[in-house]
Amino acid sequence: MSRITKTLENLKQAGRKALIPFITAGDPSPAFTVPAMHEMVKAGADIIELGVPFSDPMADGPVIQRASERALAHKMSLRKVLELVREFRLQDDATPVVLMGYLNPVESLGYQNFVDKAKEVGVDGILTVDMPPEESSELLPMLDKAGIDPIFLLAPNSTEERIAKMGQLGRGYLYYVSLKGVTGASHLNLGDVERKIKEIRKLTSLPIEIGFGVKNAETAAAVSKLGDGVVVGSALVGKIESAGEDTSLALRDITDLLSSMRKSLNA
Amino acid sequence: MRSKALTNLELTESYNLPDQRGHFGPYGGVFVAETLMLPISELTEAYYRYMKDKEFLAELDYDLQHYVGRPSPIYHAERLSREMGGAQIFLKREDLNHTGAHKVNNTVGQALLAKRMGKTRIIAETGAGQHGVATATVAARLGLECVVYMGSVDVARQAPNVLRMKLLGAKVVPVESGSKTLKDALNEAMRDWVTNVDNTFYIIGTVAGPHPYPAMVRDFQAVIGRESKEQMLEMTGHNPDVLVACVGGGSNAIGLFYPFIDDHEVAMHGVEAAGDGIATGRHSAPLSAGRPGVLHGNRTYLMEDEDGEIIETHSISAGLDYPGVGPEHAWLKDSGRAHYVSITDDEAMQGFHALTRLEGIIPALESSHAIAYAMKLATTLAKDKTILVNLSGRGDKDINTIAAREGISL
Repeated sequence: MSRITKTLENLKQAGRKALIPFITAGDPSPAFTVPAMHEMVKAGADIIELGVPFSDPMADGPVIQRASERALAHKMSLRKVLELVREFRLQDDATPVVLMGYLNPVESLGYQNFVDKAKEVGVDGILTVDMPPEESSELLPMLDKAGIDPIFLLAPNSTEERIAKMGQLGRGYLYYVSLKGVTGASHLNLGDVERKIKEIRKLTSLPIEIGFGVKNAETAAAVSKLGDGVVVGSALVGKIESAGEDTSLALRDITDLLSSMRKSLNA
Repeated sequence: MRSKALTNLELTESYNLPDQRGHFGPYGGVFVAETLMLPISELTEAYYRYMKDKEFLAELDYDLQHYVGRPSPIYHAERLSREMGGAQIFLKREDLNHTGAHKVNNTVGQALLAKRMGKTRIIAETGAGQHGVATATVAARLGLECVVYMGSVDVARQAPNVLRMKLLGAKVVPVESGSKTLKDALNEAMRDWVTNVDNTFYIIGTVAGPHPYPAMVRDFQAVIGRESKEQMLEMTGHNPDVLVACVGGGSNAIGLFYPFIDDHEVAMHGVEAAGDGIATGRHSAPLSAGRPGVLHGNRTYLMEDEDGEIIETHSISAGLDYPGVGPEHAWLKDSGRAHYVSITDDEAMQGFHALTRLEGIIPALESSHAIAYAMKLATTLAKDKTILVNLSGRGDKDINTIAAREGISL
């Protein structure tokens, strides 16, 4: 059983929802990332999604685009993100880490090379925004062999056929994109999400974590009730951006936000 | 010549790419976020259906003739050929189309498709602004809302086209992210599409993007090659020996090449932008100096660093300033069917001036790359050989760039 599955099953048995923060690796600087990961775990994170910066983040809104640009200005790369995970693992062997990003850096490293390194440093899951299952027949068996979970995205307009397919090919959890749009958008409609999650539940037994549009403790609590947990990204990355050079402020702001979400999720 | 070539869309006999999922060998495909999978499959379905629909094809045919002004003529550039002293240079005059470039062949087709699919809003990306103008033009004609994304660097260097788009009623959104050029405009258009999928049709201007775009744009542009085949036969009695076209994304090149793919005696040369020179790294020539990767929905040759981050490109011509290239060109390169070369900014300027002064035709800076290469190539071939160059656009839009570069005050 993978570290992700184990974590989510434990939560389920305890009757709790998962809190999954996303930050972009290397934002605002490489030195910030690993301490921030540890602090987020202390603040109640169950799984960490670590964004791999890409020059052309087509599915991201302005907040995460700018985070990518800041990280790339520090020469952050997939190779270096893997090293950050290695460093994180020196002190934390329990919290699952999912790398989220775009396919080209993975292609550039080479699929097998990437999978080997990811396994070696302790990566648990891979979420590649622009790699639908149709184009993943080469990478999936490699991930499977390495015991790394491929996490797929589901959208409000995913067809039944595709939901079933991703239920089959996905491992760990499915990431439900709560709205049609880019990360950080704000036109979330809870009624729509609820209807769609019901449809998805009929087609797969994988846990469903809901992201896009989760901004604060209230939306986190409301959204989490509809699935198995929430992913919060732009709201955290926005705090990091506002803090500017003051990384201790950034750390305090993101842990405060996560703590408040944790509290509202547990309530 | 009557336009029986216009919408005669049957595939060439032996070459039948892409496959059903949009692959040209290892290239192409559909690499997009989940939210776009449904609209892309709807588009694919509509595209395959309407390309066999007689009524649709008749409407397209009518528009190409009466609105675009097709067929475009082929002109024998005799003075230029004489000056070079070698092969005969012929020009396919796509610059004479309505809106001044080949781009409109595709926008007319995609806009008709948008209308059939019940979409009320059109978005597009543009580099040089030719595709943006061609999109704004058809949107105006069909009464559709139109938003064009354009890198802010390109907004500055292609001001005349920005004004044209605005006059046509389009909203031009300057894109400030990344390198602020064509690739970033494409990113932003994708973000718009993912947000407004229900009512919006994305008219991609080149043979890139996820399937079906590379195939669909090619099929709309292939009218160039089909006409050329008939016209060259009429004028010279045979196929041209060499086809030459500039390649940014590669739509004008594939439009010319495609109908000749199975005519193995016809050589095909795509001309990339070498910018300051391939060795300087400041260029836009992924086929000449890049490697395969995934960007903007497809696998193709890209300009990227060792970590797979896309690097900034450079070309004097905004329309060639793109780090990727259509996946079919990647395949034609690997298979050896087409040959890809590059021309620097300086060489393109020489081509520009030569055609302007010797033939009285002011070419777009993009097309000037093809002209410059054809001039070089002509000197190496016998006088009875023929080179057909796709003169993909006219140069009016570039006069400010040229004035600035050459210190001409107006």
